[in-house]
Amino acid sequence: MKILVCIKRVPDTSENEIEVNRDGTDIERDDLVYSVNEWDNYAVEEAIQIRDKVGGKVTVVTVGEEEDEEVLRREMAMGADRGILLSDEAFIGSDGKGIAAVLKAEVEKGNYDLILTGAQADDGAGQVGGMLAAMLDWPYASLVNLIEVVDDKKIKVGREIAGGNQEMNEIDLPCVLSIQTGINEPRYVGIRGIRKVASLEIPVHTAKDLGIAADIVGESGSRTKRLDYFVPEPGEGAEILEGSAEEIIDKLIELLKAKGGIK
Amino acid sequence: MGQQIFAYILHKDGVADDTALELITAANILNPDASITAVVAGSGAELDAVCRNMGSSFDTVWKIDNEALAYINAEVIRPMLARILPKESIVLIPHEHFGMDLAPGLSIKLDAVYLPDTFGLSGIEDGKLKAVREEYLGQVSTHVLCDISKGAVISVRPGSFKADENRKIDGRIVDKSEEALESVLPGEARRYLEIVAAEVGDVDITKSDVLVSVGRGIEDQDNLEIIFDLAKAMGADVSCSRPIVDAKWLEKSRQVGTSGQTVKPKVYMALGISGAFQHLGGIKGAPFIVAVNKNPKAPIFQAADVGIVDDILDFVPELTDRINEMKRVSY
Ligand SMILES: Cc1cc2nc3c(=O)[nH]c(=O)nc-3n(C[C@H](O)[C@H](O)[C@H](O)COP(=O)(O)OP(=O)(O)OC[C@H]3O[C@@H](n4cnc5c(N)ncnc54)[C@H](O)[C@@H]3O)c2cc1C
Ligand SMILES: Nc1ncnc2c1ncn2[C@@H]1O[C@H](COP(=O)(O)O)[C@@H](O)[C@H]1O
Repeated sequence: MKILVCIKRVPDTSENEIEVNRDGTDIERDDLVYSVNEWDNYAVEEAIQIRDKVGGKVTVVTVGEEEDEEVLRREMAMGADRGILLSDEAFIGSDGKGIAAVLKAEVEKGNYDLILTGAQADDGAGQVGGMLAAMLDWPYASLVNLIEVVDDKKIKVGREIAGGNQEMNEIDLPCVLSIQTGINEPRYVGIRGIRKVASLEIPVHTAKDLGIAADIVGESGSRTKRLDYFVPEPGEGAEILEGSAEEIIDKLIELLKAKGGIK
Repeated sequence: MGQQIFAYILHKDGVADDTALELITAANILNPDASITAVVAGSGAELDAVCRNMGSSFDTVWKIDNEALAYINAEVIRPMLARILPKESIVLIPHEHFGMDLAPGLSIKLDAVYLPDTFGLSGIEDGKLKAVREEYLGQVSTHVLCDISKGAVISVRPGSFKADENRKIDGRIVDKSEEALESVLPGEARRYLEIVAAEVGDVDITKSDVLVSVGRGIEDQDNLEIIFDLAKAMGADVSCSRPIVDAKWLEKSRQVGTSGQTVKPKVYMALGISGAFQHLGGIKGAPFIVAVNKNPKAPIFQAADVGIVDDILDFVPELTDRINEMKRVSY
């Protein structure tokens, strides 16, 4: 099976406290730790497991800039067979639709059976996978937490729905799936693994290579625009307890007793 | 008048979801004068019941009746909607697992802009609106200006707009079933099979009065011990956020949130939990929420009643000791 996994390099929310910059135009990007988007890492692990079971090839791809190459390499160290960087001045500032359009052009150059994306990335949109599927006219399933290969024409997928229940579907190949966390346990990637793939070449495909018109991507292709970033004020009820550790604990125990929190 | 606004109605067992009336409020903010149409898809008597009910709140109800829609599959309904929705309309869809399945692709098919997971909206002015969204799991928010003059699909965060229960109108029910099907090949490429019910665990956190809930801030599986010790001292049960389940440290039946359990305790202790909306969505009944988090800007402090900015690895054992000490003294 030929599998393409779409990945994105994002500020790691479990390693950083994300703050708004001074004039509210962006987040504070100095000293940020970046990682591969958590959901995408599960998607790559799943692709590797499928390949190891039924054979085939795993390609990881990202739309980004030079520094985004590092996540491709990381996922190659994990076991992906190759990486592709889609990069062009024209892509900068693309919205989800623009990113999906770039990915679509790359998909059409290949001959893939299965495309995986993460369920969502850093801006919490959860849009690129569904848009890509619609542009390709391929079937789509979101929030996938189980994949079983039936044969080379179809697979069975579980979708995570409310209450921990799982919706089982059969879906024809080729298709696009968005992957939910918890579908597997992504393997650990050490420094040594990354060193091993350090010299592998990662091709860069530009707008011209992909035959993409500049006006459907980048800022000009986007109908949405961020005006500012801000942090809402704490809710009216949120009283932050202050004082020495001892004072805080005394106060808390008193409150908990009053609310029936200590039996 | 302006652009037509459509609201996609989720329903189950003949009853509309809470989000149905929330979408009316959202639509009214966009344009108080717009006519709002409920789109209800399904089959048989249950569908009819929902349509009748929605008719008293929406100006118009579009009914799409088809056996293939008895269990709604986004791949089947999407081409139908793309066929019947007028160009340049505004479509509101709840941002949950079905909406996430349907909406992004629908925006492409309608050539409309997509605004995902919005929880604040402004009125439409000159074909533009301002929406409020969150990024980085709720750590920061942003205002987004969106050109909706060519139509928009907006997914709306459940619970973020107050349900509009005051409308008592005599809406029209229009049967769109035939038009929706015309020359559309339903999405047979994805076939619904069955629902596999969630596993039942050793504790039922939906029945607990007091929950000590742990998140990724616990850092290591071995540290869970301090959480169980605190729960024991308080007489509480232990629940958790999703990453703890993903890591297989606790069973799925202990996960609080939209894709886990909905809990209704009196007291909820959120320890090392950032407060993503999918987590908060599982906490109902307005409990007394205590949050302990080392990041003073964590979104959980917006939902909590009482907050403590501290490292849970230090704070929790101290709290446990003090509760145990107190109990000894009072016996
Ligand atoms: C479709 C969908 C459904 C989802 N359903 C659910 C759901 O049902 N339930 C759910 O919980 N999530 C759900 N999620 C995931 C959700 O978006 C968040 O990723 C998740 O809730 C984050 O969990 P967390 O707060 O434990 O971790 P994080 O967001 O990583 O937060 C950890 C917090 O701990 C703090 N911290 C770190 N170390 C310490 C320390 N030593 N002491 C004190 N504080 C510390 C940090 O400041 C941070 O605020 C869902 C996501 C999607 C896309
Ligand atoms: N720049 C990008 N390059 C490659 N894939 C991306 C990019 N942005 C988003 N994706 C994919 O789309 C998924 C959902 O992201 P989003 O729609 O931005 O929430 C991610 O998990 C990735 O799989």
